[in-house]
Amino acid sequence: MNDLEELYQELILDHGRNPRNHRALEDCNRAECTKADGANPLCGDRLTVYLKLSDGRVDDLSFVGSGCAIFTASASMMTESLRGKTEEEAKALLGAFLHTLTDESGSPPPEELGKLAALTGVREFPMRVKCASLAWRTVEAAFGNNANTASTE
Amino acid sequence: MNDEIRRQFPFFQQPNHGRELAYLDSAASAQKPQVVLDALERLYARDYANIHRGVYELSARATRAHEGARKTVARFLGARNSSEIIFVRGATEAINLLANTIGRQRLGYGDEILITHMEHHANIVPWQMLCEQTGATLRVTEINDQGELDLDSYAALLGPRTRIVSATHVSNALGTINPLGEMIRLAHERDALFVVDGAQAVPHLPVDVRELDCDFYVFSGHKLYGPTGIGVLYGKQELLAEMPPYQGGGDMIASVTFAQTTYAEPPARFEAGTPDIAGAVGLAAAIDFVEGIGFDAIQAHDAELLAYGTKRLLEIPNLRLVGTAREKVAVLSFVTDIHPHDLATVLDKQGVAVRAGHHCAQPLMERFGVAATTRASLCVFNNKADLDALADGLLEARRIFHP
Repeated sequence: MNDLEELYQELILDHGRNPRNHRALEDCNRAECTKADGANPLCGDRLTVYLKLSDGRVDDLSFVGSGCAIFTASASMMTESLRGKTEEEAKALLGAFLHTLTDESGSPPPEELGKLAALTGVREFPMRVKCASLAWRTVEAAFGNNANTASTE
Repeated sequence: MNDEIRRQFPFFQQPNHGRELAYLDSAASAQKPQVVLDALERLYARDYANIHRGVYELSARATRAHEGARKTVARFLGARNSSEIIFVRGATEAINLLANTIGRQRLGYGDEILITHMEHHANIVPWQMLCEQTGATLRVTEINDQGELDLDSYAALLGPRTRIVSATHVSNALGTINPLGEMIRLAHERDALFVVDGAQAVPHLPVDVRELDCDFYVFSGHKLYGPTGIGVLYGKQELLAEMPPYQGGGDMIASVTFAQTTYAEPPARFEAGTPDIAGAVGLAAAIDFVEGIGFDAIQAHDAELLAYGTKRLLEIPNLRLVGTAREKVAVLSFVTDIHPHDLATVLDKQGVAVRAGHHCAQPLMERFGVAATTRASLCVFNNKADLDALADGLLEARRIFHP
């Protein structure tokens, strides 16, 4: 596979075309449900992430927003991979994923990433790392319950 | 003609993905011809010292080079006098300078600044900041679906409180050439000042500020094959003479005591501190280069590439051009069913450099209902092979995304 095929492999293209959990969560004002906005000011991509926790686990996770295939696929795969995880597990995976995206050592992606490893092709395209990380930075803000705004800048 | 011009740009001697890079992003910044690099080297190697102060011959030589550059710019724009040329960092700084000097001087609560819907953020944000400071209001002229200015909207928005009109000569995102003559005439009937953002125009069109009768004209050197960090503010002499300084410091004063400072006459009043001496000299070399080709040849080349590029792009399935004005320069902005960032990545891997994004014109993108476009912008060193590479790259992107 060349870099381009690695970047745009079938799994990514599929999630890019048909993003999963691409919807708002109704009635997301109660304590167990938070939302956060994310934006990449340089390219204009923006999204809202909805996070619903129940008994300390990710009960539902969804997003609204549109952007490039990498951005959409990353957000879609994120909603699938974090669902059902405890807050600690989710944060650990989130940290591992974001670390891998910017890892310049050339080492293969850690096994715990599972199919998310498909997204690590962006490492060969430094200008596109922000596309893959935006949704994850935004869910990080949602977990943090802080200013609820994430930015890749 | 074109191959000969392209050979003057050392940039194209480096192979990129097996061919010469199809550099289609000159509206962001143009590559530099050898004559500009030579001028910079000659200045730094042989003629360099600080200007306007040294008594020694070397400083006089550097001063001559710098002030000679000012004369070159004055001639290039058709200014009456080289003292009407202020060197700044670029078009952005020039507009900020105007907002902070004549803007603050002339505007009060309830006054209006009129811009257009196709402005670059550099011709929006400084005026918004001025409105916040003065209580003035920003008004925006509408454009039509082809990306042409709506002169009726413009005339209707010009009112008794319009103090400043600031409009781009050529749209960076669409390529539209605005009908400045008529716009300026109408503004002056209302006693409004007229500022032209010429950043995208000067590489493509001959400009004569006296014929236009604009009050101010600004552009950046780096889009005109010159160095980064140098730009120009042209202003009518009588207006510059009344304006307060922009920044304080050395070189902009007549005399300084702790009690009071008197300011120098223009252009020095607006050029505090050691200027970008080499930048000005490099810009003058770039202007000589452009004038050596001549605007007749440049415009013919532009029109040929625009027609050919438009034809090649319209062959691509599901492609929509954004910006189809009758009067436009060789800028091809478009959307397809593939996101511009994905397209730009695929094109890059095939040796085609385009811009993908909002082009620092978010209100314009909103007007056309898109978040971003892909933009191919062409200039003197581009050729049809560059456009073929673009079209081939777009077809390759379709093979990846819509197999």
